[in-house]
Amino acid sequence: MKRSLPLIILVLLAALPLTGLSSYIMHILVLVIMWSVIGMGWNLLGGYCGQVSFGHAALFGMGAYSAGLLYYHLGISAWWGLLVSIPVLTITSLVIGFICLRLRGAYFALATLALGEVLRVTAENLVKFTQGDLGIMIKQRTWVEKTWYFYIILLIAAGSFILIKKVIESKLGYYFIAIREDQDAANSLGINTTLYKTIALCVSGVLTGVAGAFYMNYMGYIDPTTVFPLYDISIVTVMVVMVGGVATYWGPAIGALIMVFLAEVIRSMPNIGTAHQTLFGILLIFIIIFLPNGIVGDFRKIINLFKPRGALK
Amino acid sequence: MASQIELFLQTLISGFLLGGLYALIGLGMALIMGVMRIINLAHGDLMMVAMYVAYWLFTLFHIDPYLSVFVATPLLFLLGVGLQKFLINPVMKVESILPHNQVILTVGIGMVLANLATVFFTSNYRSTPVSYASKAWYLTDYWKDAPIELSLSAPWSLSFLTAVIITIALWLFLTKTDTGKSIRATAQDSDAALLMGVNVGVMRVVTFGIGAALVGGAGCLFIPIYYLYPALGKQFTNVGFVITVLGGMGSTEGAIIGGLILGIFESMTATYLGMGWAPVGRFMIFVAALIFLPGGVASLLRSKKLGK
Repeated sequence: MKRSLPLIILVLLAALPLTGLSSYIMHILVLVIMWSVIGMGWNLLGGYCGQVSFGHAALFGMGAYSAGLLYYHLGISAWWGLLVSIPVLTITSLVIGFICLRLRGAYFALATLALGEVLRVTAENLVKFTQGDLGIMIKQRTWVEKTWYFYIILLIAAGSFILIKKVIESKLGYYFIAIREDQDAANSLGINTTLYKTIALCVSGVLTGVAGAFYMNYMGYIDPTTVFPLYDISIVTVMVVMVGGVATYWGPAIGALIMVFLAEVIRSMPNIGTAHQTLFGILLIFIIIFLPNGIVGDFRKIINLFKPRGALK
Repeated sequence: MASQIELFLQTLISGFLLGGLYALIGLGMALIMGVMRIINLAHGDLMMVAMYVAYWLFTLFHIDPYLSVFVATPLLFLLGVGLQKFLINPVMKVESILPHNQVILTVGIGMVLANLATVFFTSNYRSTPVSYASKAWYLTDYWKDAPIELSLSAPWSLSFLTAVIITIALWLFLTKTDTGKSIRATAQDSDAALLMGVNVGVMRVVTFGIGAALVGGAGCLFIPIYYLYPALGKQFTNVGFVITVLGGMGSTEGAIIGGLILGIFESMTATYLGMGWAPVGRFMIFVAALIFLPGGVASLLRSKKLGK
């Protein structure tokens, strides 16, 4: 049962569009799955390898812009961006890794944060190349219906899930966890920490970049402030994983589900809409203090809360 | 040619003045970093809060922003103490997979502060139109035949001087008082400090309060020469962070020199490349520091001392 659970969930998800859901629900589902992919990418680097990044917007934006610029400059379909973003993001991750992976812990986090900001400013200022604040718009989106977008992102998500599972269950995964637990100890045991951290960053970057390229195709419009923002992408990515469960397979998916629905609900409420970051911030503080390993990671803790007191003994 | 030199010197002067203010932001962050080993990502947002305090004091009671330093710094001290005591300290005890929960927590705090400011004060740009805003001293007024013309803006110089005074006061506090010495001991080795009878828990709370107060002071000095909007914090958090890396993690002397370097470099990029590129320049110097000077300015100072 446990082995076939991912397959059952995949089949159930694949059957969802057949039930004739409204286009709004489909839109939310597509966003949830897209955020799960980004979350899975972040989780590999942050959750398993212990390198907390505050700059996943940089990777997401690079993916989105590599799709958008292909369309804008070469006139070919932005779907090629899904493929092109893989080498682009590998190179970007290598460069980011070269600069930022010299740093540890909070410094790495901040270096990535600064990087996200720099890419945003660069995209805003290179007006000739990126259209600056005008953004890039695809004149005609491939489909009006959401169904195909849903299947494509579902395929990407399934692929990412398998990739992450394979990586974590292999030798690499143990190296990552060793680095997270104690970098110096890992180093002294002969693990080339810089190499493995760079691998984690590259895989993480490619997954996030592919999600970004998908976003370009799906939304049909990007500009520097929608794909490179600190709070709306980088921090939300961290939150998706923190809420769902750090270093768990299903954490990013659960977190994405909660965060996207929460964002939609809060935004639709009159008056409270502008305060959505406050509520997110309070949720983040709450999660860190009470459920530091997320909903999946601290699942037993939550269950124990609802059990009658006698059951604890 | 003369105009080129004039432009360069003028940029240098304004960069130096800006750097003095940056140093104040960096100092608070370096202090918190040194004692608690965490980066305070809500630093810029605390500054934004102080700027709103100064702004409302000016608008409602016509209190000069420079005088509001005396109101904003104690207020920010209390805010910092509260944040440390009720939010950050409890998290230090929580067991979790990720070791950087406190840093993520400060992001959450910053997010709430910035968003609350938007909710209460709208995202409009605000400024305090002080009477001396455009007052300046010119070189030709004092030296008739000066080959080049340079000016020194009055509010900028005043802010810079106040920043210097605050920095000297901090230095006296850290080197001459018992509490200051305990803070430095905690920063050097918290276990050893604990064994020597320093109440490390209280020192953490006090340090966060002082860090917040310093950046609060910087906010009051910035408002007469800058403008204010709720999302301004994250830009100054970046500034503070670059300074801490440039200066050497947790070093206060390094933070001052780092602040001056960053200020000068930033006004150079603004003059010669354009205002929009200043954040990129900030990052370039950050990357250069990481690659060529990983220990920051502090490591240079240390090697000089050892050389003697």
